[in-house]
Amino acid sequence: MQPAKDTLAWMYEKMVTSRRFENAIEKIYMEGKSPVFNMADGPIPGEMHLSDGQEPVAVGVCAHLNPEDVVTATHRPHHQAIAKGVDLKKMAAEIFGKATGLSGGRGGHMHIFDADVNFACSGIIAQGMGPAAGAALSRQIQGKPGVAVSFIGEGAANQGAFHEAMNLAAVWKLPMIVVVEDNAWGISVSKEASTAIQRNSDRAAAYGIPGHYIPGNDPLKIYEVAGEAIERARRGEGPTLIEIETYRLAGHFMGDAEGYRPEGEKDGLFAKDPIPAMRAKLLADGDFTEAELDDLENKAQAAVDEAISFARESADPKPEDALTAVFA
Amino acid sequence: MENERKLTIARAMAEATAQEMRIDPSVFVMGEDIAELGGVFGNTRGLLEEFGKERVRDTPISETGFIGAAVGAAQDGMKPVVELMFVDFFGVCFDAIYNLMAKNTYFSGGKFNVPMVLMTSTGGGYSDAGQHSQCLYGSFAHLPGMKVVSPSNAYDAKGLMTAALRDPNPVIYMYHKGLQGMGWLGTEAGAIVHVPEESYEVEIGKAAIAREGRDVTIVSIAQGVHHGLKAADKLAEQGISAEVVDLRSLVPLDRDTIRASVAKTGRLIVVDEDYHSYGVSGEIIATVTESNMADLKAAPKRIAYPDVPIPFARVMEQHCLPNADKIVAAARDLCGAPVPA
Repeated sequence: MQPAKDTLAWMYEKMVTSRRFENAIEKIYMEGKSPVFNMADGPIPGEMHLSDGQEPVAVGVCAHLNPEDVVTATHRPHHQAIAKGVDLKKMAAEIFGKATGLSGGRGGHMHIFDADVNFACSGIIAQGMGPAAGAALSRQIQGKPGVAVSFIGEGAANQGAFHEAMNLAAVWKLPMIVVVEDNAWGISVSKEASTAIQRNSDRAAAYGIPGHYIPGNDPLKIYEVAGEAIERARRGEGPTLIEIETYRLAGHFMGDAEGYRPEGEKDGLFAKDPIPAMRAKLLADGDFTEAELDDLENKAQAAVDEAISFARESADPKPEDALTAVFA
Repeated sequence: MENERKLTIARAMAEATAQEMRIDPSVFVMGEDIAELGGVFGNTRGLLEEFGKERVRDTPISETGFIGAAVGAAQDGMKPVVELMFVDFFGVCFDAIYNLMAKNTYFSGGKFNVPMVLMTSTGGGYSDAGQHSQCLYGSFAHLPGMKVVSPSNAYDAKGLMTAALRDPNPVIYMYHKGLQGMGWLGTEAGAIVHVPEESYEVEIGKAAIAREGRDVTIVSIAQGVHHGLKAADKLAEQGISAEVVDLRSLVPLDRDTIRASVAKTGRLIVVDEDYHSYGVSGEIIATVTESNMADLKAAPKRIAYPDVPIPFARVMEQHCLPNADKIVAAARDLCGAPVPA
């Protein structure tokens, strides 16, 4: 299953949007944080987990999703949110903690919720899986269309919630896809040091469901495998577990000195940066001209600029609004 | 009245759920042993037979999985009723409860609602030891974003369940095992009361005056209300008039009713089967002392579970539990009556 040209264009544009967004956030995040790095300072306080390098996973999967489909994401959710169609301006404003943000500043970067496109997060490892199973169950009981995709990291496969939700999805044959973004590192602990098996996709056998491992951080391969899994779920044939080799080009969070990485690892990863790689491939395949790809990049940059300006110019929430929206 | 229909709390809960399932197709029930068995504590009996396996689901023993799933289903437009068989089991699944269920409304700025009911059994007194006997009221009521109710009788049990099922928010519905009307757990006769056939709501967040009195206010919830009522009977024989406040809800807490009662009696005893420190009893006392110290004729007292794990041996557990005699002694002390020899 190869994507049509408009899908390829969408995938490239969203990857670039995601990266440019992270580049902008990275720069603004450091405002007010030097010479002394204090996480509480600057226009974007708090932890910041950037998704640079992991864009292929988000676009390869979300290219198959409609707004009605459900996605649960993690503490590192920007690329997934952008690919799912979360409102970029409101998301930027949320990351800045502004009144115009998705939740008016109550959630911040680890808690991106957009009901319009059925996007939710949990900042706790593997805890998006239960809600994804429940959304899938809801569609199954109601006979309504839609699948649920739970994005998790490779470290999440060692959480109890992973086993419970996988088993539940399998025993009830829920329309759910679990996508493991294997970026090789759980903060400073390597997958090798934390995980008894090489490929978490092998765990699918424990639930009697298909499992796929996709090497190479390759958006087209991800598109193909995710497409089959999502179609399978839409046909009512149950869940699939997909593990994808991807790369975290940034630290776990901003301020991470990354001393745990072997020497030269980052250089190797940047050499494999999936965005220039996709550009080169689209040109080599003759599907796109330089000008077409430049246009997509310009469009992406314009969307990011607009979102960042919107966030910067938006007002802070009223402090006392902290006391509202606890209950419906 | 002689021929009034009386129900146990277990049957009242099941009836409320069934009536709501008949009119609201989004309501479904899941948990461990709630379908075929009808619930270990009887509160889902008859639902499988009427509504079938799609809407009444036995789950794997995976509380994190199915409570998390309830959150996702609730956000997707369903109204799940899930059961955590014993409240003591919250240790294996609390993230789904307090980090997802209770916070997603806030994190979404009110755009995702999480309308679900989490039923869970509480309470000891039958020597089930320290992992199957706790109340943990304070642990749940402390954390923002979820309503918490606990009925003392079948009338309230039905009305609170109906209200919980119609509430757009997550509701923790704590039912005390000693009040369920399951013979094998002992039966508190006072919990088995007249329950109307038709559907009705008991407002969440509204306490009830279970018995009116002038001299001392006894505030409690669930089983503690019955201890309070028995104590009030004994106190009446000794010339002390006790008012018993049945909180029914911990979140929201009906502080007005508590304060009004203490303003009348001037004396306060809180009865709490949950642990003594940092819990409901302290919150009730603070509710009064923060607002109307001048109304108090004596320092408030609390009769709560001591800060120890719940022991197995019958004599040890009974020593620790609240009971009517402890309340009587506290009331006599507060009212200045001599302790009988």
